[in-house]
Amino acid sequence: MQVTTEKVATVVAGVVSKYANCPGGLMPLLHQIKESLGYIPKESVADIARGMGLSRAEVHGVISFYHDFHDQPRGRTTVQICRAEACQAMGSRQLETHVKKRLGIDYGETTTDGSFSLEPVYCLGNCACSPSIRIGEDIYARVDSGRFDEILDGVKQ
Amino acid sequence: MTRIFVPADTTACALGADSVAAKIAELAENAGLSVDLVRNGSRGAFWLEPLIEVETAGQRIAFGPVTAADVPGLFEAGFPAQCDHHLYLGKTDDIDWLAKQQRLTFTRAGLDDPLSLDAYQRAGGYTGLRKALEMSPAEIVENVTLSGLRGRGGAAFPTGIKWKTVLDTPADQKYIAANADEGDSGTFADRLLMEADPYQLIEGMTIAALAVGADKGFIYLRSEYPKALKILTQSIKTAEKAGLLGENIVGSGFNFHIEVRLGAGAYICGEETSMLESLEGKRGLVRFKPPLPAIEGLFGKPTVVNNVLTLAAVSTVLARGAEHYRDFGTGRSRGTLTAQLAGNIQRGGLVEVPFGTSLRELVEDFGGGTASGKPVRAIQVGGPLGAYLPESQWDLPMDYEDFSAAGAMLGHGGIVVFDESVDMLQQARFAMEFCAVESCGKCTPCRIGSVRGVELIDKIGQNDDRDNNLQLLEELCETMDKGSLCAMGGLTPMPVRSALKYFPQDFEPAGHSGQVG
Repeated sequence: MQVTTEKVATVVAGVVSKYANCPGGLMPLLHQIKESLGYIPKESVADIARGMGLSRAEVHGVISFYHDFHDQPRGRTTVQICRAEACQAMGSRQLETHVKKRLGIDYGETTTDGSFSLEPVYCLGNCACSPSIRIGEDIYARVDSGRFDEILDGVKQ
Repeated sequence: MTRIFVPADTTACALGADSVAAKIAELAENAGLSVDLVRNGSRGAFWLEPLIEVETAGQRIAFGPVTAADVPGLFEAGFPAQCDHHLYLGKTDDIDWLAKQQRLTFTRAGLDDPLSLDAYQRAGGYTGLRKALEMSPAEIVENVTLSGLRGRGGAAFPTGIKWKTVLDTPADQKYIAANADEGDSGTFADRLLMEADPYQLIEGMTIAALAVGADKGFIYLRSEYPKALKILTQSIKTAEKAGLLGENIVGSGFNFHIEVRLGAGAYICGEETSMLESLEGKRGLVRFKPPLPAIEGLFGKPTVVNNVLTLAAVSTVLARGAEHYRDFGTGRSRGTLTAQLAGNIQRGGLVEVPFGTSLRELVEDFGGGTASGKPVRAIQVGGPLGAYLPESQWDLPMDYEDFSAAGAMLGHGGIVVFDESVDMLQQARFAMEFCAVESCGKCTPCRIGSVRGVELIDKIGQNDDRDNNLQLLEELCETMDKGSLCAMGGLTPMPVRSALKYFPQDFEPAGHSGQVG
């Protein structure tokens, strides 16, 4: 979801004043922008850098290093599928094929209606009841194709 | 009043515990029953989750695994009283899977509401800190050294020696950094502890701070653990209010503050120096060592970096004595192993046993074999950088030295089981692919080697110049092993080489399912 320039400026000014004097504050600052806006808009990098006493390259470097941070708008809900070994042992490869087909998108993409973004994740710490997925803040266990469809229908409502 | 326990743990909730709790509350009210519904942590028997317990007259009985759809039937059969129902498991303490364990660190997990400081203290919590407050810093360190405790994050470095280095390094500021970036697939012990018994970590960090003279601590928590974040944040506030954290702890004049910082989905940030960079608000690039973090760590200051389980274990070491802890285990692996049974396993969960238990005992006796019912073919121990072991290796005792001698490692205790349908070429390829995705990029063997590794394994799978490419893959593994800056690039060859060594048939032409990627 695209946000207005004014909204970006307000959010950035707020978090910068909160974290400017916090040692190592860039990470919590970026998390908070992500929480407020859904992503870290490119146009915010200069303001963040100025406020935190960093170069734009340093701020961009951090945003691009971490999987959680994106500089493009995301879907309203993020679907993560665990790609790690414990889930592989329980059929996550088949599950990811199904989910990609069902949503009509690949990893890193967003559905055309803007509702879902699909991301891989490497372990949700739910490995005794694999395969696992996360939708928003909720984690689901023992997910096969049929159960994914049920969960997705539930989320859509 | 009858107390009914429904875990609020991630796995329990992922299996529907919230709707089970709601249904129980609804039906209890309809029946006019006065019940106290407690959302406890999990005992780690994930195969039985949602595991519902009822406490009457000091006894706890269990039902599981319970779904919301089962709840009406349970009430009809007489629940919450002991009743004749196929989900009734008897007394919780008598469940064989739990009774056979020897728990030191996870003894309180699942007993009560994790946020209840009273429950924690009633169950022996904060005894360790109170004892530590009567000791000199050197005495605390001495106790930890004597216990034989080694780092539970994977590297198994003696904790006492690390603490002594920090204690002996003069500085105006020192830090405690708890590594809660539990990224290894097949591991969930840190998460379980933080969600079920968070004060134990807080207490352990406070003892560490007291021992080395730190007044500030960070918990670096992975963002994949949203429930742990809520629980830790709340527990820290509660401990502060109770005077067990913050200024003038228990009237001792000692100050220590803890802040939770979230990671952002980078596996490499579980490497200690990468984690420190991330805590400093930077890209998680691995640092050269030396200097050791114990001497120049967070913001250039002496820092104790320990895994969640290591810090938690310290509470037990201080509370029950170094000798008590040391009496568990074998050889130089003292105390308990927190094995995590995962993947294709019938009875998965957390099994805490003394070091020296065999892999077979864990997977067959506790785990009950595969979930699919097919024979076990390979077991990966120690996370994505650990070896894949065939049946010939399952009688190895689970301790640091024996595993190391066999070209494997215990790591953080993750045990991922695969049945006979596994294609080991694909698993080897994934090890390289994962390294390519998660490498911090600082050193060439890891950054480039992993990409070349994927390409080579693809070529081998396509039978393209197979013999030469197999030799090249071995040379690449050697380069990554010897030339990488940290364990990420250095250990990625371990799963690859073990797959090649123990499952060579999967690398033969037409030996694998032919699907790559």
